[in-house]
Amino acid sequence: MSDPMGFLLWVKGPAFNFALAVFALGMLARLVEIFILGRKTNYAEAKGGEWGPGFKTMLTRTVADPGTFARAPFNVVVGWIWHIGFITALLLFIPHIELFRGVLGIAWPGLPNPVVDAVTAITILALVATLVHRTQHPVKKHISTPEDYLVWTVTFLPVLTGYLAYHRLVNPYPLILGLHILSVNLFLVVFPFTKLTHVFTAFIARWYNGAIFGRKGVQS
Amino acid sequence: MAARKTLGESLREHGVSRRGFLKFCAATASMMALPPSMGPVIAAALEKARRPSVIWLSFQECTGCTESLTRSHSPTVEDLIFDVISLDYHHTLQAAAGHQAEAAREQAMKDNHGEYLLIVDGSLPGPNSNPGFSTIAGISNYAMLQEAVAGAKAVVAVGTCSAFGGLPAAAPNPTGAVSVMDIVKDKPVINVPGCPPVPMVITGVLAQYLVFGKLPDLDEYHRPLAFFGQSIHDRCYRRPFYDKGLFAESFDDEGARKGWCLYRLGCKGPSTYNACATMRWNSGTSWPVESGHPCLGCSEPKFWDAGGFYEPLSAPLGTPGNTLLAAGAAGVVIGGVAATLAKHRAATAVAERQPVTVEELEQKL
Ligand code: SF4
Repeated sequence: MSDPMGFLLWVKGPAFNFALAVFALGMLARLVEIFILGRKTNYAEAKGGEWGPGFKTMLTRTVADPGTFARAPFNVVVGWIWHIGFITALLLFIPHIELFRGVLGIAWPGLPNPVVDAVTAITILALVATLVHRTQHPVKKHISTPEDYLVWTVTFLPVLTGYLAYHRLVNPYPLILGLHILSVNLFLVVFPFTKLTHVFTAFIARWYNGAIFGRKGVQS
Repeated sequence: MAARKTLGESLREHGVSRRGFLKFCAATASMMALPPSMGPVIAAALEKARRPSVIWLSFQECTGCTESLTRSHSPTVEDLIFDVISLDYHHTLQAAAGHQAEAAREQAMKDNHGEYLLIVDGSLPGPNSNPGFSTIAGISNYAMLQEAVAGAKAVVAVGTCSAFGGLPAAAPNPTGAVSVMDIVKDKPVINVPGCPPVPMVITGVLAQYLVFGKLPDLDEYHRPLAFFGQSIHDRCYRRPFYDKGLFAESFDDEGARKGWCLYRLGCKGPSTYNACATMRWNSGTSWPVESGHPCLGCSEPKFWDAGGFYEPLSAPLGTPGNTLLAAGAAGVVIGGVAATLAKHRAATAVAERQPVTVEELEQKL
């Protein structure tokens, strides 16, 4: 581990395996717990189905309602931009697809690099904007916790280091590639224990909401 | 030190035409990323340059580096450049053997003390390992290197073994092999890695030294920027396919036949810095990627241990799939236990609930 190449091999090998283990263990423990606990048995007579409304709400709650948009247009627009950018860079950059193939054994078509590059640049700008907004907006600043800043940091670092590595802006190359993978390892380790779990739980929560309303025969 | 002939005189003696010489100088200029106007300057400098004494030490190596150098498309001006340096000791190439050879080395070291260039190929057993793993004339590699470095102006580590440890240092490194850079701290070290290095790069580094009288600009790994300044990937003619997302998926599919990018077949071009893509091999005939094989990354440290040659660069090392399954299974169990405990706690709380009336509370107050 004394040199950049040794560092790269360490983050790609043992460190990545460790991070993956923490991520899988932590996330599955949380999800299984959520599912097993489930919800209280509802003895009232059902007035409608659960599954349909559940899935519908998963979609409808994903789009901000006009009221939210009117109140916080910045959050909605910039939030959408960087979420889409992040997911695009994560899932559609060809070297990343090769990583998924290596871990999960499945692969899919990617996007041309210049496209991913542009998307990444936009994502970086949007993420910086969210941080500035958070620190400038009096209410947001007041309600922000250290966890919020931690989550921002571990989300931002992989995007930034990925961009730096792709453009070879830090030498030697194995060092910046290693830092990129290290930041991802950090992201994976922090993931199950912070609000990053929303990647999974947000949709579960939306489904539960929709299902409860559906059962009661109410529109959500 | 004996007055040596200038390079110009030697070249004329060797019957090298002025035209051929200028062509070489122009090529050297472009290799070093200098403007073409530097060609004549290089020619003038080389003409006047004195033949430097060169001592070449071969340690734990396979002679591939020397092979690469000598099999460079001869006869060319590069070979003659080599003829016209004074290669005073090279135990593969010199005629002398045994004590005579060692005497020649000692003599050259004495005559040119402080002036000679020391070239090393091969790694050497480190100071803490058994010196008997590699010796020449009963002298350990370590002792010989220390002695030779003392009077050297600079050290050129030729080949990945001497630059980074290479194959001998690959896990589990049974001989405790180290690189020249690991040992030599007080003299400039120039690394010319490659397994083997491109011949023109070896001669180019020497030419650069002769022309400018100073050592070249180096990168973080002590490699001359003129040759190792750009990655294979950035100079690869298959790069447009990489950028478009067109890949060969196997060695004989349509993509392979159409010359698409070899990333998915394990190409290490993106993390490898070398001059193959621009200078090519075998008289400029071709180079690995052009012949359809992914770059192995041979000019990078630890390339033997950096994952499978045919695994994509971004593929993780080890067996992450198993990690995921095992950790996931453990997670399911832990989640199940946690949920059961929570349910149990809730049930006990209900069972042990002791209702209190408002009157009772008020009495207590
Ligand atoms: S073949 Fe290798 S070096 Fe060439 S573009 Fe593809 S990955 Fe890069």
